[in-house]
Amino acid sequence: MLDYATLKLIWWLLVGVLLIGFAVMDGHDMGVGTLLPFVGRDDIERRVIINTVGPHWDGNQVWFITAGGAVFAAWPLVYAAAFSGFYWAMLAVLWALFLRPTGFDFRSKVENRTWRSVWDWGLFVGSAVPPIIFGVAFGNLLQGVPFHFDESLVSTYTGTFWQLLNPFALLAGVVSLAMITFHGANYLMHRTEAAIYRRARIAALVFGALLIVTFALAGIWVVAGIGGYEVASGAAPGGVANPLAKTVNVEPGAWLANYSRYPLTVLVPIAGFGGALAGLFCAWRGWTLTAFVASSVAMTGVIGTAAVSMFPFVMPSSSDPRSSLTVWDATSSHLTLALMFWVVLIFMPLIIFYTRWAYGVMAGKVTAAYIRQNERSAY
Amino acid sequence: MIPEQLVDLSRLQFAATAMYHFLFVPLTLGLVWMLVIMESVYVMTGKTIYKDMTKFWGKLFGINFAMGVATGITLEFQFGTNWAYYSHYVGDIFGAPLAIEGLMAFFLESTFIGLFFFGWDRLSKVQHLMVTILLAVGSNLSALWILIANGWMQDPVGAAFNYETMRMELTDFWSVLFNPAAQAKFVHTVSAGYVTGAVFVLAISSWYLLKGRNVEFAKRSFRVAAAFGFASAASVIVLGDESGYTVTEAQQTKLAAMEAMWETEPAPAGFTLLAIPNEKAMRNDYALHIPYAMGLIGTRTLTKEIPGIKEIMAKNRERVVSGIEAVTALEALRKNPHDAAVRQAFERHKADLGFGLLLKKYVVDVRQATPAQIDQAVADTIPRVAPMFWSFRIMVGLGFALFALFSVALYYTVKGSFVQKRWLQWWALLFLPVPWIAAELGWFVAEYGRQPWTIFGVLPTHLSVSTLTVQSLYGSLAGFVTFYTLLAIVDVYLMTRFARQGPGSLGTGRYDNEPRAGGGTGAAVPADAIRS
Repeated sequence: MLDYATLKLIWWLLVGVLLIGFAVMDGHDMGVGTLLPFVGRDDIERRVIINTVGPHWDGNQVWFITAGGAVFAAWPLVYAAAFSGFYWAMLAVLWALFLRPTGFDFRSKVENRTWRSVWDWGLFVGSAVPPIIFGVAFGNLLQGVPFHFDESLVSTYTGTFWQLLNPFALLAGVVSLAMITFHGANYLMHRTEAAIYRRARIAALVFGALLIVTFALAGIWVVAGIGGYEVASGAAPGGVANPLAKTVNVEPGAWLANYSRYPLTVLVPIAGFGGALAGLFCAWRGWTLTAFVASSVAMTGVIGTAAVSMFPFVMPSSSDPRSSLTVWDATSSHLTLALMFWVVLIFMPLIIFYTRWAYGVMAGKVTAAYIRQNERSAY
Repeated sequence: MIPEQLVDLSRLQFAATAMYHFLFVPLTLGLVWMLVIMESVYVMTGKTIYKDMTKFWGKLFGINFAMGVATGITLEFQFGTNWAYYSHYVGDIFGAPLAIEGLMAFFLESTFIGLFFFGWDRLSKVQHLMVTILLAVGSNLSALWILIANGWMQDPVGAAFNYETMRMELTDFWSVLFNPAAQAKFVHTVSAGYVTGAVFVLAISSWYLLKGRNVEFAKRSFRVAAAFGFASAASVIVLGDESGYTVTEAQQTKLAAMEAMWETEPAPAGFTLLAIPNEKAMRNDYALHIPYAMGLIGTRTLTKEIPGIKEIMAKNRERVVSGIEAVTALEALRKNPHDAAVRQAFERHKADLGFGLLLKKYVVDVRQATPAQIDQAVADTIPRVAPMFWSFRIMVGLGFALFALFSVALYYTVKGSFVQKRWLQWWALLFLPVPWIAAELGWFVAEYGRQPWTIFGVLPTHLSVSTLTVQSLYGSLAGFVTFYTLLAIVDVYLMTRFARQGPGSLGTGRYDNEPRAGGGTGAAVPADAIRS
């Protein structure tokens, strides 16, 4: 069996992989859903757009559900503290997500303009709200969250819902929405033609540029104004997972420490910018598949930047720094981490294999003619 | 102290959202196998009508599936949002099957459902059938993993408490996996789902027969449903009995409550068919007994005793008293983990830790617990008897009624005369809601019967909640009620719309009620024209 400290590190990477998998897979259909009411001008166009992700959105959404399940299994304290602390934010995500399965499946089952328009906006809300809130959540994690544990490890969040919506967090929300929409626009270009393609291209250029600008702004903000956290003392990485056994310092510039400690990690933010720039260029040239790959790289870079900056923190506490959760002390037991590691190792390649196959089966442009031929069965 | 209202509202919210979710799950579990059967017949015989059956019932399946997906995420979220201490305390064990469910089951069903709907023209017949089978396997596997998780809540095997991390930790994954409580639950629950799917198809097909519409289509659907439903209803009863057997092993309390067994009877105990349980006096005011039956069902022997409520309470009193020592030692250990004497005391009493924690509902420092509070904690260990007793009996009664329906339906299917038996068609139609009522009652018995615990004997429900305000709970509950009411209206509207329209909604031009606008021909083709 791998040793405990190594497994804890692996699980930090695996949660990262699942979150990036979510961004790449569910991200593109959320981007498509966000663009739906604006890029699709009439019913046929909107159906074309919806059907580019119609066969896939459900499988993609499982990346999100699995990432949640994995956090539950690997970092139960994070699951407990984050979900209960961000109560209203999580409920907003949940309620927005109600509109996706129903929107996709129900929208085209009834021929009525109002009915369809309501579901189109439902799909927009269901697709745009979750990425915004996830971005806002990351913005708050970077600043620290006001929560603490008592001796029995009961977690209490002492902030309000409204203070989650502070300027930096809102900026992070825009970064998140921009990257998802950029990514979705690249996907939409790849799967459509003519007018929808042209509008998707404009969206890709706009949101790609927005991503670069907002990501840079957020970086500057972190450098200039946000105090990071640093573990001052505590148990060794391989020790018992007890968050209360450490002390934590709040220091300006601490979020940059990892980049000087491990210089190679600078590649992560560079991948964020590089991917976004490459994606912009490819979208402009019409190399749609490459653009999609590039925006995937960009999202990996952006999410990775947040993770690397905070490492080993996952959820720092602003009100009681020693209650902060790190990759070393928020984890499950050695046995559970090992077990789940093997489960992921076996199933992840299988999942990627059949997902790839499913996309292969449905490959090609979705056209207005396809919708007319499949009037009754298409979304 | 945790406000009682917060606990009650959190329970109400979880119960309401879980039961709502379970309106959709059983139909998914059952209907998907009927799609497999119909499509298999299509692949083997090449008859288009079976393809149309797969597509039409698949359309209704899709509407239901969407609701299931939407309302399922709620449950995953709620462990974190509303049961944060639970998530911390048992996430080490409970989180694993949930994550595995995602990796092994949700990915499978959710990837292949897309190809099920959109892959008809892009896959060969056999490939498409494989897709449908994988969809069925995926959805049934998801039931397996969630029931392994739930089975562990009923009988927490393969785990131990660690005072350093202040939580339960996994010690043996195989015993969690092969937990008899989980296995029995799984087979009982999925067979109940199969019955639900069968009743759904049987009832709607009967309605077409009663209306004389799409007769050929309805006849074939009826036959599939009758055969599948008969096998499933039989297995629900057999496996439900298996489920009852494991209950006696794991949770004598639940069994005693659902059978209203106040006293320990000499073995083999009688089975109380009907009674009016009197909670205050702790006896049944009126009872109809079948001698020996309970002992046989519960222990499968003539000699083993089944403890009654009074005996269980007496034992639980000892455990609460011992639990006070465990909690006291644990609290000292949290302050000073190196005190060897305290650690020894803790080891001696730790099996009763959960029982000591029951007192936290009444007193912060359990050493200060008054005899009255201890009495109260002991009384809490028994769920209220009357709701358990009646829910269980109604569920079992409905199960037998469903078995009767399918026996008769299968009999006339084999005889070939079910099309003329209008009373049978009416019976099937009127029984449409029955499997749902039975399934919801079954969950009620399972979950209410586990109270006052979230993890039986380990973690009391009132300690499991998140630190939230009562106002937040009222707010979220109001949100759920609003959203779920709207969704229910939409779901029922779409279901009835497509069920009424029938296979004509496919727009193939082969059935009654073809849509006028769009791809259809507009003219209704007599059903007999497609007798193929």
